Amino acid sequence: MSQFWSRFARNKGAVFGLVVLAIVIALALVAPLLYPDGPWKMVQRPFLVPFTNDAVPLGTDTLGRNVAAGLVHGARVSLLVGLVSTTVALLIGVPLGALAGYFGGWTDEIAMRFTEFFQTIPAFALAIVLVAILEPTLFSITLSIAIVTWPPVARLVRAEVMSLRKREFVDAARLAGLSNMRILVGQILPNAISPIIVMASLMVATAILLESSLAFLGLGDPNVMSWGYMIGSSRTVIRAAWWLSFMPGVAILLTVLALNLIGEGINDAMNPHLARKARA
Amino acid sequence: MSAVRIIASRLVKSIVTLLAIVVLNFFLIHAAPGDPALVMAGEAGAADPQFIAQLRERFGLDEPLIKRLGIYVWNVVQLDLGYSFRQNAPVIDLIADRLPATLLLTLTAFGVSLALGIALGVAAAARVGRATDSLITSVALLFYATPLYWAALMAVLVFSVQLGWLPGFGYESVGSGYTGITRALDILSHLILPALTLGLFFTAVYMRMTRASMLEVSTMDFVKTARAKGLPEGVIRRRHILRNALLPVVTLAGLQAGQLVGGAVLTETVFAWPGIGRLMFESLAARDYNTLLGVFLVSGAMVILFNILTDIVYHLIDPRIGATP
Repeated sequence: MSQFWSRFARNKGAVFGLVVLAIVIALALVAPLLYPDGPWKMVQRPFLVPFTNDAVPLGTDTLGRNVAAGLVHGARVSLLVGLVSTTVALLIGVPLGALAGYFGGWTDEIAMRFTEFFQTIPAFALAIVLVAILEPTLFSITLSIAIVTWPPVARLVRAEVMSLRKREFVDAARLAGLSNMRILVGQILPNAISPIIVMASLMVATAILLESSLAFLGLGDPNVMSWGYMIGSSRTVIRAAWWLSFMPGVAILLTVLALNLIGEGINDAMNPHLARKARA
Repeated sequence: MSAVRIIASRLVKSIVTLLAIVVLNFFLIHAAPGDPALVMAGEAGAADPQFIAQLRERFGLDEPLIKRLGIYVWNVVQLDLGYSFRQNAPVIDLIADRLPATLLLTLTAFGVSLALGIALGVAAAARVGRATDSLITSVALLFYATPLYWAALMAVLVFSVQLGWLPGFGYESVGSGYTGITRALDILSHLILPALTLGLFFTAVYMRMTRASMLEVSTMDFVKTARAKGLPEGVIRRRHILRNALLPVVTLAGLQAGQLVGGAVLTETVFAWPGIGRLMFESLAARDYNTLLGVFLVSGAMVILFNILTDIVYHLIDPRIGATP
């Protein structure tokens, strides 16, 4: 583990990502303390330019709401949706991929056709349709993102399991009389964990982008402030107030960049001999 | 496998995929809160009870689920995607009207991002570890993390509002009366920003893949052989490394086609591009589920089209003789 950290710390990009992510998480946690009135309250006249009033450092939006409050409260939604949807996607993709890779044959054929289908249909369009039909709530948004992001997990886990199941330690476990399930869960999956962790960190980034894109189109949960909503609701006034669209976009960009850098850092630190292999 | 068999199996697969999307659509209509007849009619158009009864009969809504599915699939097979009560037109007409603009946009973005991504990836791999490489890789990392719609908005802000170089809105200049070559140039000027911003993310993806693939192939034995034969470095790079390195990139491009088509919804919304993505956005606000699901089905068909295109490209560049997929 200490070896892992020293390798991770040598990667400047990954450390930068970790710092940025730590700041975003900290802001998300203290948001209710910083702005106890929440992000929806009108605090000043509308269209207040940033850095003109110390109480509202980043200015106000079209309805006089505090942009800074929106940004820190928006961080909560982005991180929450990113984390939960990734977890759900892993819960779908890992078992499916593991079963397909371990048993092969018909199980594999059916599981992979199913996965392929979900990979063929345009993910974002499916997410739009799902959220629109289920009505936009945090639950439906998170579920939809999970439904469109699990296929790469299944493929990755399948490939890992397929290469691991032919190894000696699996033969040894089988000779020791372990059941298929215990071999798969107790022996094979722990050995496939590092690529899954790397993929998960990249998936949180993708999920944050997807959530913000849905909110931009007006498919955000109407009860929560999110970065995508802030951009979407101010895009018509971009000529008059460019900062309203600009700042939440920078927040998304930095958070997603940080997660990507961390994912790459973990990958390089875990597989030093394979370092810098690109991900697809 | 012969070319005919490859095409045949591809066609069968495509038809199965499309049918599966139709079935998915059917269940989505039933998953929506409320009466499926009301859902299909759209909320405002549904005021007339007689009309609802008519819809019920037409879609057999009192029949068992499996029979209703049959009716639904049969309607779609006959290209009847339902009626948009919001726009007062059959959904298929609305889509046919908007499809050319989307095809123009997505195909341009696809081509540009593939060409740009491969060129940048080759350049980065050729100077691996040096300043050019780190510059290209960093920019790609940035593109990779940029929300598509935000990049589009910022492009409008800079190149259209501030600099006034390119139009940031629409498909062509309204009421200009341009014809022929002038009109084509006018459309081209409107196309540049949407195509570039839609392709931004994919440029980054293809660039990273090309770079990694070039580096991997360049360590292989046949490259050493080529070098030992004394072939010039440029020939090795182009004929031996690049052609082999491109295969996984093209495969990935096919897999990414769905994302490109989905992303068009965002780009078309920002640029008011009159394509099916914009139609999807409009049908969201209007709760026009027939149109929404129709666009979803057609976007699935577009992905299949893109996959066939990448298949053809794959066979063109695959250096192995008589290669099979």
